Amino acid sequence: MRFAIPVFPGSNCDKDCLHVLGNVLGQDAFFVFHKEKTLPATDVVVLPGGFSYGDYLRSGAIARFSPIMDDVIRFANAGGIVVGICNGFQIMLEAGLLPGGMRLNTCGHFVCKDVWLRVENGDTIFTRKAGKGAILGMPIAHAEGNYYAPPDLLKEIEDNGQVLFRYCDQDGNVTAEMNPNGAVNNIAGIMNSDGNCFGMMPHPERASECILGGDQGRVLFESLIAAGGGSVCKCGCRG
Amino acid sequence: MNEQLKAFAVAGGLNEEEIAKILGFIGRDPTIAEIAAFSAMWNEHVSYKSSRKYLKTFPTRGPRVLVGPGENAGVVDVGDGWAISFKMESHNHPSYIEPFQGAATGVGGILRDIFTMGARPIANMDSLRFGSLSHPRTRYLIDGVVAGISYYGNCMGVPTVGGELVFDPTYDGNCLINVFTLGVVKADGVFYGKAAGVGNPVIYMGPATGRDGMGGASMASAAFDEKAAEKRPTVQVGDAFCEKVVLECTLELMKSGLVLGIQDMGAAGLTCSTFEMADRAKMGMKVDLSKVPQRAANMTPQEILLSESQERMLLVCERGNEEGVLEICRKWDIPGAVIGEVTDTRQMEMWFNGEKVVDLPINLLTDEAPLYDRPWAEPAGLAERWKVPAFSVGDLKDEFLGLIDDPSFRSKAPVFQKYDHMVQLRTVVRPGDGDAAVMRLLETGTNRGVAMTSDGNSPACWLHPYNGAFNIIAEACLNLACVGARGIALTDCLNFGNPERPDVMWEFKEVVAGLSEACIAFDTPVTGGNVSFYNETAGTSIQPTPVVGVVGLVEDCDRVAGTFFTREDEAIVLLGCEDFSFDASLFARLKTGKVCGFVRKADAKRHSALCELIVRGIEKGIVTAAHDVSEGGLLWAIAESVVGNGVGATLDNVGTDPAELFGEAPSMAFVTVPEADLSCLTLMAEELGVQAVRIGTTGGDTLNVKGAFTVPVADLTAASRKPL
Repeated sequence: MRFAIPVFPGSNCDKDCLHVLGNVLGQDAFFVFHKEKTLPATDVVVLPGGFSYGDYLRSGAIARFSPIMDDVIRFANAGGIVVGICNGFQIMLEAGLLPGGMRLNTCGHFVCKDVWLRVENGDTIFTRKAGKGAILGMPIAHAEGNYYAPPDLLKEIEDNGQVLFRYCDQDGNVTAEMNPNGAVNNIAGIMNSDGNCFGMMPHPERASECILGGDQGRVLFESLIAAGGGSVCKCGCRG
Repeated sequence: MNEQLKAFAVAGGLNEEEIAKILGFIGRDPTIAEIAAFSAMWNEHVSYKSSRKYLKTFPTRGPRVLVGPGENAGVVDVGDGWAISFKMESHNHPSYIEPFQGAATGVGGILRDIFTMGARPIANMDSLRFGSLSHPRTRYLIDGVVAGISYYGNCMGVPTVGGELVFDPTYDGNCLINVFTLGVVKADGVFYGKAAGVGNPVIYMGPATGRDGMGGASMASAAFDEKAAEKRPTVQVGDAFCEKVVLECTLELMKSGLVLGIQDMGAAGLTCSTFEMADRAKMGMKVDLSKVPQRAANMTPQEILLSESQERMLLVCERGNEEGVLEICRKWDIPGAVIGEVTDTRQMEMWFNGEKVVDLPINLLTDEAPLYDRPWAEPAGLAERWKVPAFSVGDLKDEFLGLIDDPSFRSKAPVFQKYDHMVQLRTVVRPGDGDAAVMRLLETGTNRGVAMTSDGNSPACWLHPYNGAFNIIAEACLNLACVGARGIALTDCLNFGNPERPDVMWEFKEVVAGLSEACIAFDTPVTGGNVSFYNETAGTSIQPTPVVGVVGLVEDCDRVAGTFFTREDEAIVLLGCEDFSFDASLFARLKTGKVCGFVRKADAKRHSALCELIVRGIEKGIVTAAHDVSEGGLLWAIAESVVGNGVGATLDNVGTDPAELFGEAPSMAFVTVPEADLSCLTLMAEELGVQAVRIGTTGGDTLNVKGAFTVPVADLTAASRKPL
């Protein structure tokens, strides 16, 4: 499958996504510079993590106006699959591809650590291989991951099954203690109502190789590839 | 020289003798811009005038060393056509005045040093030293410094993978912020800070020059007094996003083949980069300062020369290629401007609005910079420090719990979690999980990795500068061994007080000698570093604090070890031939309230054998955890290994002698191995002549020291989780 990875001037997880999609999963992944006005032919757009424009304003607020974003929005509106990780999620919120907004972590600072996620909806192209109720470990690394949606909107996305991941403990219990950033309802990742746009704060690309501490993030990419009829190269963990 | 000029020179840190030397050299009154250039180049921070004599004695060569000291950073071969570039720098003075920006721009500066060499930075470490936790300024400093490092490193996408966090009253008036960056570069793709080729254009690349950081290098070359806060405007202001773009732009320029030579503008800004680039190539340079992009109105030439605005680079390309260079700058939206050209006159000529403002032989500011052989003297009463006053040891359990109540036992995770330590997908051993960090080198196409550690020990270096300095390299090598790496080279940051004090100069001389001997003994040449003198406030100098950043190679990143006990029912084996004693120990310091005792020098041969044994055990796949026994002693180290994963331990062969349990020694470590592999380890130890004694077994939910006491793991965890 083809994965386009837009590169904003301050993207810093772009190479990580390219490595995992290309080298680890054997897909056709490539960069698109933010100044480009049109996306090359692709199956999926992955908006990577980083500090797209320094994030001195709200994270993602400026990236949303990058030349490439017009075509990303057009692609999404035409049903194209768009995935946003961390800063990519923030950009998708700013671009209106996903509902809600992001606030500063309640602790007030950047946090980088492993968290547990519970899959809330297993019937999506992003989570099918994991399945509802699966518990996945992967890292977060952000200062603005405190997801918020006003009560009406929150009810709507909850009722629609648009919440895909919640922060939980190792046994799947969703508790305030396990919420690393204050996100409403412990939300870690959501999709749009059409089910083609998805954003999450944790980094599945950092949890795709055992040598880095775990590979439970791979299942997301594998779900996507399976949904597209592709296959992944099997290079499982040693030991 | 008229009074106004002289006042400007003195304000820039030049003394009477140095002013006379300038007049003697050039035979006329210097211009104000020329004085600015001299003050920028002749200060301690840039010229190393008090330390050069000693730094020359460092062992700097080795089969792996591609670039030694003198360039922006050292470069060491790691095989398969790849190399690593690394260096450590201090940003002590600015961080004490303005902790957030001081620390942030410290990180920014060392990152530039690395990518200037053509290397992509892949890891940062920070050795941080603050005053005691109870000192009123400590909390303010640590919060600002950690936030500054977090801001800059995270935005750059360079993982911060470890370092040190030390609290000691010796730093109450001067914090130490030592930043260590490592990058990866093709062995044949290294760039140098040379301005070669007559007529070639000199190009300024980066954000416009402002009035920030004016005279920063001079500020860092003087002691603080009660007016330190007034020096705030000399601290630079960082923009990490801008540097991230400059990084990508620089690496693309290098890849384009258009760049001949390049240097970042760090301390002493445009002055240092122009003079040094011309000097290294033995060339001259013509520069039109009016063409330098400026962000403040009506800047004078001396302000342009002294500004330490951040994220700027100076480069030289072949004549005719300048448009290609500027095109790449435009792609990244980074200002670029041709500001001059290379000449063969060995003269620096600078103009401003058509007027010649600098006309100086370049070597006057570089080779002819003052070189001082400052007087030194051993401090009086040194031997007194070596006596450990008598103290009584109470109940062993109470003593142990009292010992680990010290802040240095506490987990540094709350700090590491503020740093992105995983970006770039390289971090195989994360900060806090091992005695060193391990980063895989994806681009080599092998499973090889590089290990990094930074170490210092000011109490030991105050007690015995020579042996203390020797031992910090020994300890760093042992830290590397405990993750499965062999040390290959090092960088250092030498933090000292006022070099005009003979006792400080003696400490410096001894430390350099001790480090040099250790570099040879452990085959880890020095490839660069820096010296920070004048860490003195109101007449009080810090204890001597050399900090080393040592890098090692891991042959297979699937064969590494961490600090923590991982499985139950494994044998805990103490390795090493030394005796524990209270000399120079933390325990004695806490009991007596004094830094005291003699510092034994590690035995290089036995120490190397110990390191080799641990590495082989890890490579063989039998060692499941490894940890050195250093500050705090054996039980302290065991407790550290227990709390990580909550796997307890029973020690049935350590006795009840307090010196054994709480004393310290160089060259001691322990490992865990499955029972079935114990004989294999013992055999390997015999081969290498390392004493190996089984002292206990992992498992359970207590730390049980047979014959002495039992502590629940939960209590140890609680002690380690106490807030810093």
